[in-house]
Amino acid sequence: MPPDSDGVPNKTRRDFLKKSSFLTAAAFVPVTVVNAAVNQWDEKLASVFEKTSLHLEVNGLALNLSVEPRTTLLDLLREQLNLTGTKKGCDRGQCGACTVHADGMRINSCLSLAVTNEGKKITTIEGLSKGQELHPMQEAFIKHDGFQCGYCTPGQIMSAVALIKEGHAGSEMEIREYMSGNICRCGAYPNIVNAIQEVKTGGLS
Amino acid sequence: MNQFQYVRPAETSGAIKSIALDTNAHFLAGGTNLIDLMKMGIIAPERLVDINNLPLKTIENIPGHLRIGTLVTNTQVAENQFIKENFPLLSMAINAGASPQLRNMATTGGNLLQRTRCPYFFDTTMPCNKRVPGSGCGALEGYNRMHAIFGASDKCIAVNPSDMNVALTALNALVHVSGPKAARTIPFADFHRLPGDHPELDTTLQKGELITSVDIPTVPFTKNVYYLKVRDRSSYAFALVSAAVALNIENNTIQDVRLAMGGVAHKPWRLIATETFLKGKTVSEETFKQAAQIAMEGAKAYEHNKFKLKLAPNALLQALKTASGLKA
Ligand code: FES
Ligand code: FES
Repeated sequence: MPPDSDGVPNKTRRDFLKKSSFLTAAAFVPVTVVNAAVNQWDEKLASVFEKTSLHLEVNGLALNLSVEPRTTLLDLLREQLNLTGTKKGCDRGQCGACTVHADGMRINSCLSLAVTNEGKKITTIEGLSKGQELHPMQEAFIKHDGFQCGYCTPGQIMSAVALIKEGHAGSEMEIREYMSGNICRCGAYPNIVNAIQEVKTGGLS
Repeated sequence: MNQFQYVRPAETSGAIKSIALDTNAHFLAGGTNLIDLMKMGIIAPERLVDINNLPLKTIENIPGHLRIGTLVTNTQVAENQFIKENFPLLSMAINAGASPQLRNMATTGGNLLQRTRCPYFFDTTMPCNKRVPGSGCGALEGYNRMHAIFGASDKCIAVNPSDMNVALTALNALVHVSGPKAARTIPFADFHRLPGDHPELDTTLQKGELITSVDIPTVPFTKNVYYLKVRDRSSYAFALVSAAVALNIENNTIQDVRLAMGGVAHKPWRLIATETFLKGKTVSEETFKQAAQIAMEGAKAYEHNKFKLKLAPNALLQALKTASGLKA
């Protein structure tokens, strides 16, 4: 069993939990934790007392992490990994500001528990450029003035990159429909569409 | 969000066992509805059983049926070439719902199980029989523009928000479930329920049961189909009303027809009487107009959703015309 990032092997904690839970359970351990300890599940298990281990590749970097099960992928990226390019808008799947790629697919990281991404490759806005060289979609957003305040922009760009791969950037109508999961409060939509169309037609690749 | 225990079994039997172990456990698949409900404090499970490792991720062609595993994502279904060709109504309906990001996460079983809900369900300062049984319905006398016109009760007037469900009910899908007792198959029309006295129950799924797959019988509806969704903005919004139409037309005669509506009831609303009326008829605008009127029998509006009494038949008429190729 891999150790947690703080160096405490999971097994030790679980053993401790199993042994100690009967003494302290009544005071503060939820019943489920006690049951789990009693049943000695060998399934992957985490509780109030245990963070769970998580293996992710983020922007090409393999990471061994330790997270609370309730941590969303968005909060993990922003709070634990300091990748604050990914934005939190609504935190409810309604705005798209938190869009990242998981194994190449765009998802709302605010509605994805970090632990459910075990083994996946995550790409954020920080992972698009090659060193100093911006991704063509980033170039196009600059060229076409595809933003005003910029808050929605990382999500828009991650969504736009995926959109072209998905093959749904055929027309302006199609681009608008398949970008509808990304809300722009500043209303930069026409310029965003132009930027995507330019990348689609190979203008900036 | 409250703390919870997290388990990730690798086998279906293990998942069913772990859910049976306590009363406040939930299955977790795509999470697009569940995590939202947890963040809003509407539910606070003590345990989540993550089913994403279960081997329920395939689309299989079996004689007479198409079988869609419960974990196949909405995008995978909508973009599947075989489904696009043979069940185009399903692809259309899925693509009319949510956003590309959400469709990449949401699963087939999860879509069936997203809560039937309304804004009062989310507003913990307001009564809601669905959230707190017996507390009353805030929408009944409140702002009820989005609400039901069919099959509601004085306990709940919320509507089921899924587009996929509307297509699946029209296609006579079957829901396969496993559970602590024997596995069983539920016809789609019996899967979701009307609110009656128990609006806290959206479906007929029993405690501890897990959807394993959804089957769609092979149908001849490949050409004359349409899913029309009317909403407040042109994309990424719940339906005010939607209409799923599947016609099998030969020599301008309607050989077979399936009709369902969304945004009008606590469950996807199948229009059996209207189907019976249309069967054998010749395609014409007049016939479709009559059909749309038949579809509205029994409709009842509330203070702010009276417009649906006009919008619903108009949407159905438009969908029938588009599906049949009649000029608008
Ligand atoms: S922050 Fe995730 S969709 Fe708004
Ligand atoms: S640039 Fe301001 S929200 Fe889009």
